[in-house]
Amino acid sequence: MKRNKGIIFQLIIILSFISIFGFLINNLIINLIRTDLGFNFSWLLKPSSFALAEHALPYSPSDSYAWALLIGWLNSLKVIFISLFLSTILGIMIGLSRTGKNTILNIISSFYITIIRQTPLLLQLMFWYFVGFLGLKNNFLYFSNLFKINNQGIEFFGLSFTSEFSALIIGLSVFTSAFIGEVIRGGIISVPKGQWESFRSLGISESNGLIRVIIPQALPAIIPGLTNQFLNLAKNSTLAIAIGYSDIYAINDTIINQTGRAIECFIILLFTFLILNLLITNLMETINKLINKKKIYIN
Amino acid sequence: MHKLLSGIAFLSLLITGCSNSYQKDSSRLDLIKERGELICGVSGKIPGFSFLGINGEYKGLDIDICKSFAAGILGDSNKVQYRPLTAAERFTAIKTGEIDVLSRNTTFTLSRDSSGGNGLSFAPVVFYDGQGLMTKKESNIKSIEDLENKSICVGSGTTTEQNINDVFESKSLQYTPIKYQDLNQVIAGYLQGRCSAMTSDRSQLAAARSGFKNPEDHIILENILSKEPLSPASDGTDNKLADALRWIIFTLITAEEEGITKENIDEKVKLAKNNPQLKSLRRFLGIDGGLGEKIGLSNDFTVNVIKASGNYGEIYERNLGKDSNVPISRELNELFKNGGLHFSPPFN
Repeated sequence: MKRNKGIIFQLIIILSFISIFGFLINNLIINLIRTDLGFNFSWLLKPSSFALAEHALPYSPSDSYAWALLIGWLNSLKVIFISLFLSTILGIMIGLSRTGKNTILNIISSFYITIIRQTPLLLQLMFWYFVGFLGLKNNFLYFSNLFKINNQGIEFFGLSFTSEFSALIIGLSVFTSAFIGEVIRGGIISVPKGQWESFRSLGISESNGLIRVIIPQALPAIIPGLTNQFLNLAKNSTLAIAIGYSDIYAINDTIINQTGRAIECFIILLFTFLILNLLITNLMETINKLINKKKIYIN
Repeated sequence: MHKLLSGIAFLSLLITGCSNSYQKDSSRLDLIKERGELICGVSGKIPGFSFLGINGEYKGLDIDICKSFAAGILGDSNKVQYRPLTAAERFTAIKTGEIDVLSRNTTFTLSRDSSGGNGLSFAPVVFYDGQGLMTKKESNIKSIEDLENKSICVGSGTTTEQNINDVFESKSLQYTPIKYQDLNQVIAGYLQGRCSAMTSDRSQLAAARSGFKNPEDHIILENILSKEPLSPASDGTDNKLADALRWIIFTLITAEEEGITKENIDEKVKLAKNNPQLKSLRRFLGIDGGLGEKIGLSNDFTVNVIKASGNYGEIYERNLGKDSNVPISRELNELFKNGGLHFSPPFN
C-alpha cells in the first residue's frame, strides 16, 4: 500500500512536468507561427556584414553568422579560462591570508573581501573599464616597447590586450577571487583544530603543515564550493557586453538585431553555456572523486 | 501500464490544447481603445527626440509623435505610457506585444519591414537623417580616409554598425569597431579617448555634442555614410493599426501644408463648418466624407491630433528648432514645397 502511494505521487510529479513543458512548448510554437517566425537556422550561413575588434581566428564581415558566433565563443572561452586561472590563484592567496596569523594580511584580505562582495559585478566592470582603463592617459606607463599600459590596453613582450579584454579579465578575476577566498577559508576552518596542534607538536613548520596536513583535508570541502564559483564565473562573463567586449553574448545580440531570430539565437546561446558548464562540473567532479578515493596529497 | 501512458498523453494534450485560443483577426487598435492607453516604445536617452526632462516627463520629437498617436486614437494625448527600450530590445518588444507602437528613431529598411525579416510595418518617415562621424578637432581627422586603422565607437545592434562596415569595406580600409550597447557608453568611450571617432545618425551626434563640455572642440564630418529615414513602427501583421498610424503622421504633414496650427485649429474648424464650399478642408477636418471611420478612428481624429502637439513644423520647432536645446537645421525635413522631403498624399 505504501509503495503504491509512492508510485502515484511520482506519477503526479511526472504528469505535471510533462504538462508544464507541453504548455510552454505549445505556447512557443503558437507564438512563433503568429509572429511569422517559424524555426529556421538557414540564416546561419549568410554573411554577417559586421566587423569585430577581436578575433582569435581570421574573420571578416563577409564570413557567415555561424563563423561570427564561433569567434564570439572563442573570445568568451579566452576570457573565462584566463579569469578562472587568475581568480583561483588570487583566491587562494586571499583565503590563506584570512586564515593565517599575519594580522596585517588578515585585515587587508578581510577588507578586500568585504568591498568586492558587497558591490555588484556590473558596477565593478564599468569601474575597471570606464574609470580604470579609459581614465588612463595615453602614456600612462611606458617601459621601452616591452611594457605599456594606456587607455588602448596593455602591451607586454609583443602581446597586446585591448582595454575591453583587460578590464573584463581584471573585473571577473577580482570579483570571483573574493568568493573563492571565502570558499578556501571555509575549507581550512572545517579541518579540526587538533590537526594543527598535532603537526605543530611534531615540529613541522607552519607552511609545511598547512600544505601537507591541512589543505589535503580541506580539499573535499573546498572543491564543491569552487565548482560553484567557476560556474558563476562562466555565466558572469556575458556581462562583457556592458564594456564593449565581443563575447558570444554580444555577438548574439547583434545577430538578433540584424536577423530578428531571437529564439534561435537564444537556443544556441543556452546550449553553448549548458555544454561549457557541464564540462566544468564534470571536470571538477572527477577531481573531487580522485581526491576522495585515492587521497591525493599535494607535495 | 498502457492505460497509464495513454492517460498521460491525453492529459498533456488536454492541457496544452487549452492555450490554443489565439485570435488572429483582432486588431491591436481595438485593444488600445479598450485599454484606454497607448504603450509607446521610446529611447529616452536622446535629447531632442526623447529625453527625460527636469520635471520627470519625457520630451522630444519621438514623444510628440506618441502623443499625436494617442490623440488620434483615443482623443487624449496624455493617455500614453512610455517604455524606454534599448536598440536591441525594440523589435522583440513589438513582436511580443509589450508595446503598441515604436517611436524610437528607428531606420526604415527592407529587412525590418519584411515578413521574412523583423516583420514590422513602418509609418511615414518623421525625420530624414543620415549617418555621420564625429571626431575631435585636435585629432586633425577630416575624412573617412584619415580614420584608417583607427578605432571607432559604435552602438551595437543598429544599422549604424552595418553602414560603417559597408563604407570602410567599399573603400578597402581597415578599422577597429568598439561596440557598446548603449549610446551613452558610445559617447563615454569616445570622450575618454578609447576611439578616434564615434558614429551615429547625424542628429544624434548633434544631440550628443550639445551636452558636451566644449561642443566646439568636436566636429561632425561632412561625409554622409547612409540614408537614415526614421519612422515609427508597429507589428507588420496588423494592417488596421498601421493604417491609423500612417494617416496620423500624414495629418501632421497636411496640417503644416495647409497652415493649420495648434492655435488656429478651432478657427479652421469653424471656418470649415460655415463654408460648405471648402470641400477639401471639410474632408480633412472630418466634417464631410467620414474618412476617420475608414481607418477605425473617429471622423475628427485630425482635429484631436493637431490640438495635441500641433502640426509637423510646430513639433519640429519645439524640439529641434533654432531656440531648442538641440538645434538641427531642417534641410531634408522641410515640406516638399519648401525644398524638403515631407509630402502628404491627399485626404480623399
